[in-house]
Amino acid sequence: MRVSLIVAGLVAGCAVAQAQNKLVLDGSTTVGPIAKAFAESYMRQNPGVNITVSESGSGNGAKALLNGTCDIANLSRDLKDTEKKAMEEKGLKPVAHVVAYDALPVIVHPSNKVKGLTIEQIRGIFTGTIKNWKEVGGVDQAIVVISRDTNSGTFESFKELVLGKDAKIIDSAEYTGSNGAVRQRVQMTKGAISYAGLGFVDKTVKALEINGVAPRAETVLNKTYPISRSLFMFTNGEPAADSLAAKFIGLSLTDKGREIIEEIGFVPVPAKK
Amino acid sequence: MKGSEHLILSAAEKLQRKILGLLGRSLLFAVTSVAALSVLAILFFIARDAWPFFRDKGVAAFFFSTAWYPAHQPPEFGAAAIFVGSLLVTLTAVALAVPPGVLAAICMSDILPFSVRQVLKPVVEMLAAIPSVVYGFFALTVLAPFLQDSGKWLPGGFEISSGVNALNASVILGVMALPTIVSVSEDALQAAGRELREGSYALGATRAETLVKVVLPAAVSGVFSAVLLGIMRAMGETMVVWMASGNAAQIPKPWYNLLQPVRTLTATIAGDMGEADQMTGSAHYHVLFAMGLSLLVISFLCNLAGEWIVTRQRKRLRGG
Repeated sequence: MRVSLIVAGLVAGCAVAQAQNKLVLDGSTTVGPIAKAFAESYMRQNPGVNITVSESGSGNGAKALLNGTCDIANLSRDLKDTEKKAMEEKGLKPVAHVVAYDALPVIVHPSNKVKGLTIEQIRGIFTGTIKNWKEVGGVDQAIVVISRDTNSGTFESFKELVLGKDAKIIDSAEYTGSNGAVRQRVQMTKGAISYAGLGFVDKTVKALEINGVAPRAETVLNKTYPISRSLFMFTNGEPAADSLAAKFIGLSLTDKGREIIEEIGFVPVPAKK
Repeated sequence: MKGSEHLILSAAEKLQRKILGLLGRSLLFAVTSVAALSVLAILFFIARDAWPFFRDKGVAAFFFSTAWYPAHQPPEFGAAAIFVGSLLVTLTAVALAVPPGVLAAICMSDILPFSVRQVLKPVVEMLAAIPSVVYGFFALTVLAPFLQDSGKWLPGGFEISSGVNALNASVILGVMALPTIVSVSEDALQAAGRELREGSYALGATRAETLVKVVLPAAVSGVFSAVLLGIMRAMGETMVVWMASGNAAQIPKPWYNLLQPVRTLTATIAGDMGEADQMTGSAHYHVLFAMGLSLLVISFLCNLAGEWIVTRQRKRLRGG
């Protein structure tokens, strides 16, 4: 699929000399849905343009940009120092474009009496020093720690934002393979605690206040909600204003783009005033 | 050949036949080799990618440490808890599936009327046709909440805080292994033959005596193969354990506590393959191959042991 689209793009590129009408994106599975929705919308308005979006994870996105196999790398985190260094050594100039913000609400069973926790308490629960809800003001019930699998960007973000570099998650923690599965497990399990992307939290689970702040669009934007992150698209060098890449990334600052981002469940970048 | 001259081949014809014969044989040999070679090729490629892990990280930590932190800096790849998880889930599943499976096979082959058996056997075999992800879905949405709620009914009334655990995965794996066990054992019991049963009746044995003392011993190697196939099925299953076992890389405390989540080899490979880094050849990538190699070696040893027991049994039965 991807290959055939690229080939189609190449053929079209030969026919219309110099016209820039193909764009290849690779990277995060979190940013992927935004890029895909943008691509769909952009291609509908500009027939003849080919945009392909692959979702191979943030790390592979960075690698694809380094190897020149994509024009834009989607990342749900900033570039690591090692990645930046590798790119600079190759003569690339990675430029970050923030396209949206995401928060990771900490979710529990709706019947849970606990309203909120501090970051320290959450860290205690996930590393195993707090094992019962009564220790944090709830009923006498064992805490069931549920995490995303260790390969997901969501896991990496949570680990970095909440647990810190040296913390190890308690070995009795359960691991599930998707945001949807996390929500499903928390709905069913009275003692459960977990985390998921903002777009996955609905009425069937309860999102906790962290340090007294509930996860909402406003609290993400004014940076009072502590477990939030920026979602990036990286290009090699600042793209020219009339280039396809610039127009594509620019979508995130249009009304249509903001609507798409909100629909998927992320927080759009607000208009500058 | 004497007397009939046209049957005597010329040297050229002889050569032609020889070549044709050789060609035919080598073609057949090549086709047969493909099956054997593909197994060897799989073994080779898995071992090739597992080797860098053992070379860099050693063998001891992999087999004896329980510290499984693949995403930590620096990462730790102690798989002991994962081996225990695989073993625990497999053995429990087999322990749950073998008694009812073998009894059902006996019932079908020797007790129920033939017409009932003709209906029942395909129904049991239908269990094998259900995709494993459907079993996993059932485990997650039906069995897990049921287990959570049923804790208070058990003697002692203790609480099952998470329904996704070793018991859940074992029960589902047991159900999945059931059709193999029932079907293969039933075939073995049938193969014991009518003559054997009639001979036994003729000597004055009752139906129960015939069943227990004649038919079962005669079919025991087949029943054993059925159990072995069931073990393989349970150990190799991936989707169900990934969804139903909880994937916690711990040895339950105490080790036989089936109500705690565990992690298995297959689920670890499936769950971590997605982003384990192939291009840079990271340790996380190679450790999954080390696990695959371990699985392969374990099932190979199981097969070998099974083969040995079956041949020994056959010899014993023949009075050899």
